Amino acid sequence: MLKESGEMKDRIKGGSYMLESKNVNVFYGDKKVLQDVTLQVPENTVTALIGPSGCGKSTYLRLFNRMNDYIENFRKEGDILIDGKDIYRKDAEIEELRKTVGMVFQKPNPFPKSIYENVAYGLRIQGINNKDVLDEAVEKSIKKAALWDEVKDDLKKNALALSGGQQQRLCIARTLAVEPSIILMDEPASALDPISTAKIESLIYELKQNYTIVVVTHNMHQAGRISDKTGFFYLGELVEFGDTKQIFTNPKNKKTENYISGRFG
Amino acid sequence: MNNARVNRIKDVLFKYFGIVCTLSGLIILAIFILNILIDGVQRIDWSFMSSLPSRFPERAGILTAWTGTFWIFCLTAAIAIPIGVGAGVYLEEYSKKGWLANLLEINIANLAGVPSIIYGILGLEVFVRILGFGASLLAGSLTLALLILPIIIVATREAIRAVPKTIKEASFALGATKWQTISRQVLPASASSIITGIILALSRAVGETAPLIVVGALAYVPFVAKTPMDEFTVLPMQIFNWVSRPQHGFTINAAAAIIVLLCFVFLMIGIAVYIRNRAQKKNPW
Ligand SMILES: Nc1ncnc2c1ncn2[C@@H]1O[C@H](COP(=O)(O)OP(=O)(O)O)[C@@H](O)[C@H]1O
Ligand SMILES: [Mg+2]
Repeated sequence: MLKESGEMKDRIKGGSYMLESKNVNVFYGDKKVLQDVTLQVPENTVTALIGPSGCGKSTYLRLFNRMNDYIENFRKEGDILIDGKDIYRKDAEIEELRKTVGMVFQKPNPFPKSIYENVAYGLRIQGINNKDVLDEAVEKSIKKAALWDEVKDDLKKNALALSGGQQQRLCIARTLAVEPSIILMDEPASALDPISTAKIESLIYELKQNYTIVVVTHNMHQAGRISDKTGFFYLGELVEFGDTKQIFTNPKNKKTENYISGRFG
Repeated sequence: MNNARVNRIKDVLFKYFGIVCTLSGLIILAIFILNILIDGVQRIDWSFMSSLPSRFPERAGILTAWTGTFWIFCLTAAIAIPIGVGAGVYLEEYSKKGWLANLLEINIANLAGVPSIIYGILGLEVFVRILGFGASLLAGSLTLALLILPIIIVATREAIRAVPKTIKEASFALGATKWQTISRQVLPASASSIITGIILALSRAVGETAPLIVVGALAYVPFVAKTPMDEFTVLPMQIFNWVSRPQHGFTINAAAAIIVLLCFVFLMIGIAVYIRNRAQKKNPW
């Protein structure tokens, strides 16, 4: 995948967005939870998905790394494209997809292993066990996740002994180690205190240089601070999508305006 | 008297009732063990452990019995662990949920409650006769493996189910396959509970007598088993045989053999408890 921003503009002109969904419907059994969602995400941007809880944000996010596949009666209509390719096509390799599309979850979920092994895991499962390679990747990833100074002397320590905020940054480091081009984050700071939240936010801002990030949040101020684009979901529909500034200062849709101004949600 | 006071008295009464219940169980057990110890402990020495059975109580030993128990323990473990853990992993992680899975689940739970002598009859028919293994260690171990399989399967499934879904999701999200997730995350995280279940199941197998009698374990075996196809006896069989004899000397021998068997079982349970305690410190869930 292409990372330089110069090429990015060409790609978009050529019609190939980093992430794209076309007329997507999602059902859990008979229940329709997403309705005709069409959205395009350009490379190296942060896109925030906002909306009241239960409106389908997580479901939508998890379409892009096929995490919904594990839900028994999940069904999707429409196309999900990454870099112009349908990721639900018959011969798509899910494991390969997930090396390109990383995910950070709502609740920090480190493995009950050492800090080092948490970060090395994604490489080990690819068969990379060379100590020098792993050492380097672990250090690089933890540094990128702004956690290095806090853990560098104690990489053997169990990850569960870290604070919640540190655990979440470790989870980000673990995701970065696989070198994805896209990172999906599902309310990554909602379980954290304000200081940890601020750290995660500035980290997202940093990572934008090299990654395409989609972040679900129900904290509107957070969306305003960190994102370039914002999409507002309501009852399974993408009500409005546009530049964050426009959405927050001049929403076109009445429902968006009501939500932004805190009248419901 | 007001209501609160009545309730307080009830509370205290129930507490003492509980204490009495607990103590009576413990006291009876303590008396039993003490009795056995007094009878048997001076009989345990090297020659008791290393002698073959005999018509004379002073000369009889438990060499064939404890080696038989040891054989049975190892063979049963070798058969039951891979099959039980494998089946547990399959049922929990791979099988499609549906009526068939439900039927299997109910049946496995029921199998754990089937009287052990029924397994003996099954073993006699299938392993001893149809497969022609005779009254061998192999036939006995296969029978006991069947007996403890449901316990191991249920323990494995429960242990796996206790691993948080978020751990599996994290592994998948990093590009791991299902088998990598199971072998590198799920099994290590549940290993201590699985091992605890296995040890408790094996300690049950080691104490079983009825199914082995049916399969044809002998009361008198004048040699130490060398291969899995040899005939055998085990400690519970030897004890059963000795207590049914009139001479007082054999009663003492039986008490001594019971001590040896109890030591073995307690040792295993101790290991299981140790593993569980150590794991609880490591894993918070
Ligand atoms: N596994 C599931 N099975 C059935 N319904 C689900 C499942 N997961 C979520 N839902 C439903 O789908 C809708 C969207 O949920 P979700 O995507 O989690 O919303 P959000 O992340 O915006 O809070 C909700 O109504 C929720 O109850
Ligand atoms: Mg959600």
